[in-house]
Amino acid sequence: MKITLRVNGTDHVREVEPRLLLSDFLRHEIGLTGTHVGCEHGVCGACTILWDGEPARACLAFAVQAEGHEIRTVESLSPGPGRLDALQQAFQDSHALQCGYCTPGILMTLTAFLAENPHPDEAAVREALSGNLCRCTGYQHIVDAVLRVAAA
Amino acid sequence: MTSFGRPLTRNEDPRLLRGEALFVDDVELPGLLHAAFLRSPHAHARLLAIDTAAARARPGVVAVVTAADLGEYWQPGPLLVPPPPVPGMEFHQRCQVPLVRDKARHVGEPVAMVLAESRYLAEDAVADILVDWESLPAVGDLEAALAADAPLVHDDLTSNVAARVHQARGDYAAAARAAHLVLKRRFTYDRGASIPMETRGIVADWDRRADRLTVWDTTQAPVVIRNGLAAMLGLSERQVRVVAPNIGGGFGPKMMMFYPEEVLVPWAALRLGRPVKWIEDRLEHFFATTHERSQIHDAEIALDAQGKILGVRDVFLHDTGAYDPYGLTVPLNSQCTLLGCYVVPAYDSAFTAVFTNRTLVTPYRGAGRQHGVFVMERLLDLAARALGIDRAEIRRRNFIPADAFPFDQGVIYQDFSRLSYDSGDYEPILDKALAAIGYDDFLARVQPTARAEGRALGIGLVCYVEGTGIGPYEGARVQVQGSGKVSLATGIGSQGQGHATAFAQVVAEQIGVDIRDVEVVTGDTDQFQWGVGTFASRGAVVAGSAAHEAAKVVRAKILRTAAAHFECAEADLVLADGAVTVAGTDRRIALGALAGLANPMRGAVTPGTEPGLEATRYFGPASGATASGVHAMILEIDRATLRPTILDYVVVHDCGTVINPLILAGQIHGGVAQGIGNAFFEKLAWDSEGQLLNASLADYLIPTALDVPRMRLEHTVTPSPLNPLGVKGAGEAGAIPVGALFAQAIEDALGLPARDIEIREMPLSPSRLWEITEGG
Ligand code: FES
Ligand code: FES
Repeated sequence: MKITLRVNGTDHVREVEPRLLLSDFLRHEIGLTGTHVGCEHGVCGACTILWDGEPARACLAFAVQAEGHEIRTVESLSPGPGRLDALQQAFQDSHALQCGYCTPGILMTLTAFLAENPHPDEAAVREALSGNLCRCTGYQHIVDAVLRVAAA
Repeated sequence: MTSFGRPLTRNEDPRLLRGEALFVDDVELPGLLHAAFLRSPHAHARLLAIDTAAARARPGVVAVVTAADLGEYWQPGPLLVPPPPVPGMEFHQRCQVPLVRDKARHVGEPVAMVLAESRYLAEDAVADILVDWESLPAVGDLEAALAADAPLVHDDLTSNVAARVHQARGDYAAAARAAHLVLKRRFTYDRGASIPMETRGIVADWDRRADRLTVWDTTQAPVVIRNGLAAMLGLSERQVRVVAPNIGGGFGPKMMMFYPEEVLVPWAALRLGRPVKWIEDRLEHFFATTHERSQIHDAEIALDAQGKILGVRDVFLHDTGAYDPYGLTVPLNSQCTLLGCYVVPAYDSAFTAVFTNRTLVTPYRGAGRQHGVFVMERLLDLAARALGIDRAEIRRRNFIPADAFPFDQGVIYQDFSRLSYDSGDYEPILDKALAAIGYDDFLARVQPTARAEGRALGIGLVCYVEGTGIGPYEGARVQVQGSGKVSLATGIGSQGQGHATAFAQVVAEQIGVDIRDVEVVTGDTDQFQWGVGTFASRGAVVAGSAAHEAAKVVRAKILRTAAAHFECAEADLVLADGAVTVAGTDRRIALGALAGLANPMRGAVTPGTEPGLEATRYFGPASGATASGVHAMILEIDRATLRPTILDYVVVHDCGTVINPLILAGQIHGGVAQGIGNAFFEKLAWDSEGQLLNASLADYLIPTALDVPRMRLEHTVTPSPLNPLGVKGAGEAGAIPVGALFAQAIEDALGLPARDIEIREMPLSPSRLWEITEGG
């Protein structure tokens, strides 16, 4: 079926099967490969995107369900070519990523979190982060990055 | 200012943070076909018949491949690591096959490959394939697998023994006779999985006009994959390019080769003349990507009345899974690492590797070292208790003294050289750890106070060594580009270790450029075609040293070329900030321009001149560099739920010279997190039929941000004399001692010694801990 999805402020019109996952639509239909998949069963958070501003798992939705909603992916965070937003910059400064596979999903989760809680403490950051799995960092530097943004 | 040794942020981060970095599944090609695999649902079953007609007939399906379709291409995989030259050793090589032909030996073993226009269609067609199986009894338990009437994993062998290795030095029997105390215990360590957030994947593209095959692979060893694929497919090495782009975590299992999919996907691309992609899903990953860690140790320690070790004897079983392509790396690591930081005058260790109907076992971060450390540290804890000696003190009494290095352990290590510790100094590490965790104060004040309040607080403290940076070799090519930037190419792949930054620091140190101007290329065989791989914490040590050597040569070329240009002495030149300046003058040439001068387009050069500012060097250490450390932690156990909360965690680590403390901290944090998972959350659960019961991330729990504590790190530095940088590897240190640490701290928290209860197994969980402590 034919759908129009609004992703990062741009409309994309595609002919898709009803069973196509939103994560596959983003990655393979419109080439936004920054959104990663780590489990495709809603646990790891690698595929987290913003759905009308709320974090959501792109692997748990069909593309057709996203019609009429505002989707944002990691590619929308940078304020301009070659640049990083404050959270991305804090991630680099704190060494909050290693392989970087979990990172886009974590950035989207935390972007929404910081919008609602601009000055969280460590316990709140860890709670917010606990739905995203990272196998490389042990989370400490990720927590540091968020606290760095919160302190700025 | 020099960049070497500073906590610089990473070159690789901006692209990863913007979602621009290339991972294997990001590769899209015109005409791409998608592969999906039918896998054995049985742990052990004879394949009687397979009917693929319906699958082939499904619209959108291009091909269905079974073992019979492979013809001569069907071959067991190569033996990646040959057995060690230990006298009297027995080893039975049984390597994995591309597709099951006569019998399946573990759940998830591939049986057929479907190629279709989309992954969705390919999976539909997998469900169309009909297989007639005769299910056979499966072996999983190591001791049951060795019973005389056990079902055989490999019918042509007379038992499920994959290997037997016995190493001994000194006279353990005499040591035991002379001992004041001999303790004997059984220790078990069960299976876990590495669970990188990115599963495995491979894309292959045969370009008919260029006569070349390009393969994107989530491998830790692109050069070895290229050479192997070329040989299997009847191509020259130059016809095959393997790219390991950004890899979403490796941890060892992506070092394994050849996975069946790695053999089949490139073959299909060649056969069909279309590019083919296969990306493992998480369910497949649990069955098809290698695991680690089942071992059962029957260990014995002999000590004198002062707690000095006289000898250790250990007999253990090692689960190698259904096949053993990785040789004996894991059990050899266990055997060698058990000796730890200690003088063990007599050592007698024998292991039997056992075939089981389970997924293959190959190295996963720590690679068998966990088991050795667990056994030795537990024995010392029990000995300390029996002799009334403090835990820290018994370790101190047995440390290899600082003046005894290099220290020959007299056994053969995984790199087949004699295990010799290059350098080390263990007491300062222990002292720092004791001070940082507040050991004396905890025991004297904190713990009794907490106990009085009814809280169960315990402390743990364990020591370990880590053999790192083994050979044989890696290489690096450093070149000043026309742009003035410096490129560094090496054959290893990166899975998040920060090589693009650490190696840049090594090169920048020599060439006087900003590290942002060093472009590091790893994992592309077209850029550098010699190398072995990223494993055994060897990237920084071996490839880093090669980069250092190459950069030194380029530095010399820069100075020579500039001296000729300015007609001055090399000693008058200053190489800094991307340019060469004649000291005390404004005469200056940028490196890019100098690179142009070094590559003249007309005229004659002196015979023997090589063009450009470029050099390639190789580095092969005589043996590995031995890192060491102490982990200490304070934890609290909730008496009702038996769930632990880590209140403080200290790592004091000596990995020689540190290239980048920020990256090093990240490596240790991540290792500890995996260690915590391995100690308390992660256990692959199997039923008696060899079915894996928790093959999803919802059931197999890896630690979240709420489970991993804030860690405090300190360092000591004992440079390695075996490489020019003085570095030792650090990739696995975080993970190795955590099991032993949990066991000790939990016993302490719950007061188990007073109840004569010992923790002798890993991994634990609240329910397992309840069974152990409450006698369930
Ligand atoms: S891929 Fe969506 S939650 Fe893991
Ligand atoms: S950085 Fe590798 S999974 Fe998070």
